[in-house]
Amino acid sequence: MSAAGVDLKKRRFLTTATSAVAGVGAVFVAVPFLGSWAPSAKARAAGAPVEADISKLEPGQKMTVKWRGKPVWVVRRTEQNLKDLSKITDLLLDPNSEMDQQPEYCKNEYRSRKPEYLVAVGVCTHLGCSPTYRPDIAPADLGAEWVGGFFCPCHGSRFDLATRVFSGVPAPKNLEIPPYYFKSETLILIGEDGGAA
Amino acid sequence: MKKLIIALMLFATPMISMGSSSAHLDSAGVDLGDKESLQRGFKYFVNYCLSCHSAKYQRFERTANDLGLTVEDVKQNLMFTADKIGSTMDIALKPKEATGYFGVTPPDLSVITRARGSDWVYTYLRSFYLDESKSTGVNNVIFPDVGMPHVLWELQGWQEARFKKNEHGQMEFEKFELVKAGSMSTEEFDGAIHDLVNFMTYLGDPSQMERKALGIKVILFLLVLFVLSYLLKKEYWKDIH
Amino acid sequence: MSFINWVDERFPATKVWNEHLAEYYAPKNFNFWYFFGSLAMLMLVNQILTGVWLAMSYKPDAGLAFGSVEFIMRDVEWGWLIRYMHSTGASAFFIVVYLHMYRGIMYGSYKGPRELLWIIGMIIYVAMMATAFMGYLLPWGQMSFWGAQVIVNLFSAVPFVGEELGIFIRGDFVISDATLNRFFSLHFLLPFVLAALVFVHIVALHKVGSNNPDGIEIKKNKDENGIPRDGIPFHPYYSVKDIMGVVGFLILFSLVLFFSPEMGGYFIEHPNFVPANPLQTPEHIAPVWYFTPYYAILRAIPSMMGSAFPGVVAMGAAIVMFFLLPWLDKSPVKSMRYKGPIQRVALGIFVVVFVILGVLGTLPSTPALTLLAQVCTFLYFAYFLLMPWYSKIDSTKPVPERLTK
Repeated sequence: MSAAGVDLKKRRFLTTATSAVAGVGAVFVAVPFLGSWAPSAKARAAGAPVEADISKLEPGQKMTVKWRGKPVWVVRRTEQNLKDLSKITDLLLDPNSEMDQQPEYCKNEYRSRKPEYLVAVGVCTHLGCSPTYRPDIAPADLGAEWVGGFFCPCHGSRFDLATRVFSGVPAPKNLEIPPYYFKSETLILIGEDGGAA
Repeated sequence: MKKLIIALMLFATPMISMGSSSAHLDSAGVDLGDKESLQRGFKYFVNYCLSCHSAKYQRFERTANDLGLTVEDVKQNLMFTADKIGSTMDIALKPKEATGYFGVTPPDLSVITRARGSDWVYTYLRSFYLDESKSTGVNNVIFPDVGMPHVLWELQGWQEARFKKNEHGQMEFEKFELVKAGSMSTEEFDGAIHDLVNFMTYLGDPSQMERKALGIKVILFLLVLFVLSYLLKKEYWKDIH
Repeated sequence: MSFINWVDERFPATKVWNEHLAEYYAPKNFNFWYFFGSLAMLMLVNQILTGVWLAMSYKPDAGLAFGSVEFIMRDVEWGWLIRYMHSTGASAFFIVVYLHMYRGIMYGSYKGPRELLWIIGMIIYVAMMATAFMGYLLPWGQMSFWGAQVIVNLFSAVPFVGEELGIFIRGDFVISDATLNRFFSLHFLLPFVLAALVFVHIVALHKVGSNNPDGIEIKKNKDENGIPRDGIPFHPYYSVKDIMGVVGFLILFSLVLFFSPEMGGYFIEHPNFVPANPLQTPEHIAPVWYFTPYYAILRAIPSMMGSAFPGVVAMGAAIVMFFLLPWLDKSPVKSMRYKGPIQRVALGIFVVVFVILGVLGTLPSTPALTLLAQVCTFLYFAYFLLMPWYSKIDSTKPVPERLTK
């Protein structure tokens, strides 16, 4: 059958060309199927930025708001808390927030826009539990050096009041700081940078 | 050849037998390319429809993006029923309360143009006439005894319907007569309803503009692939005698 | 090469490739009508793939189903495309299968030794109808609801046990959440049964070999190597031809999918954009187009002795007729090319009658249309039941030894 007179070169070229174009087509077909796994408009609407009203937050208190289904903490730190932050830096894994766990504007000692207010995603960077707020100083279970912070009940990871992780605990990174900005003195919008990044 | 004709017939069967509708419908002149008309229609929809009817499958944000409106614009001027741009066009009116007002629950309008047809909605909204025997004071030529009041009377005014006997002795609608003018002339009102129905046609299937644009690209791509596969087939089939 | 050897020692990869593709010899004179088998497979794959994806966002719950379809159409990224691929694909699947069946009837592909191949194909067709019927309930619109109501009530027409049978199928006294749930489950399962049946269909095909427009057995004329003189390897000749057919088909498919997915209310019916309402039947209900010929037959038969059962029996019999074709056709030749004028005219009438019944099934019934449907129903059954007689007395043309062009 495939006897003399067969232009093998042409045959090979056409086979390659058709396969290549069909392959591109197959990739195009895959786009909607994979794309449909992205968050739906409904999920995105539910994950829209949320407001936190901090007008009633007293120094030393913590409030929690839900953003994208995750707990986001807002803590109003006391003067003493802020002073204590610099005392314990040698116990921390990443005291200067070198790892990319926060927006650029929170890459400071307090990991916040305003030193007084901490805004952080309350999900442990180890395996996703939500740590407990422990503002008490030197409690029996956490030891004499504890100056207030967060303790993860699942695997014992410790974070300070700027949610910086301690060395030698299971969690490998500081907690994540979400994008946020102050809409007014008493209103924080979590989930958006507010343009001024 | 005969076989080809039969094949074509099988393909064409669905198209031959269009169902006939009893009443004459005016053409809505749907043009989804007319962004300004869609924007005006959106405004009418929010102002006149979206207090009793919902469009609960459609989101404000999606609509703003598709119609070329800014999110701020929509938030300031068009969102009376919700406060978040991502929310759907739902309404506060509970079905039970509505049934108390109108005798029926006003249907959700998300896909109404797909259920009824755009021309039907266009004709319906222009066919309310005064009828004292009804509790709403109006009746509708296209949808007799409808529970919906004439929401757009401020724009259209009030009209009466004239009927005449046809050859079978039945009463048949002949024409409308405007008895009290509204804020719009008849032409302006028809234009407003055109805009409104245009928007509602978009609302029925909001991806349709995107769909048609993508369709052209897909078909062009397939044509290229078809030429290649035809040449490939021809090349191989040189072997067969 | 050594990898292939390694595999071949453990799995007959090369053997299967050769037996079913590279050294499967098909008649060399396949024409236009031979595209539809591969196209039907393509559509099955399309339906399974898009269907599995739709199931990721669909909610089989009477309170949520309608909204979840609109959720797919609006909120899910690309959801509209996947949904329209599925809804257009359902109709396209039936179009190619009807043409595939017509091809088989025209060229006598059901005749020995291919009776079993034909029967398996018919089982696939019936399974497809069941799948499509259950799938049509899922959007939970008015047509979904009332269509299912009518079809399930066909079973209720069965004497003595009908009432209980209907309740058993629905799991309730009306079509309800329970019905929706079981139909969803089965609609997900059946396509995989279909895929298995298609596999069996192809196994049977490769045992007996493909028929062809001349209806000649190419295996009767082999060369010194045992290869049919009129056969060509399926791969590459028919693989490249089928690829061309697939691309051509996809162009037509895309035209509908992207520019008219409702197909004027025939692929997606308008009343189905109104959520199911058990208290109000739409003014005119019609099944989707691919069921309408049988629906017209159902309506054409009047009730007898207070029972709607005869119509149901006629509808069932209309489908059973296809199963019997291998034994109804007594003609000594297979292909219409060599059959006489009686059988040609009979087939022509049958096709026209089938199309007319299909159109009638979409229209509201009036006395005149019902009479037309009755005439067509009579002709429909006459085509099959008189076949043993007219196929025997019909003249034939001499069948050539070798394939013609």
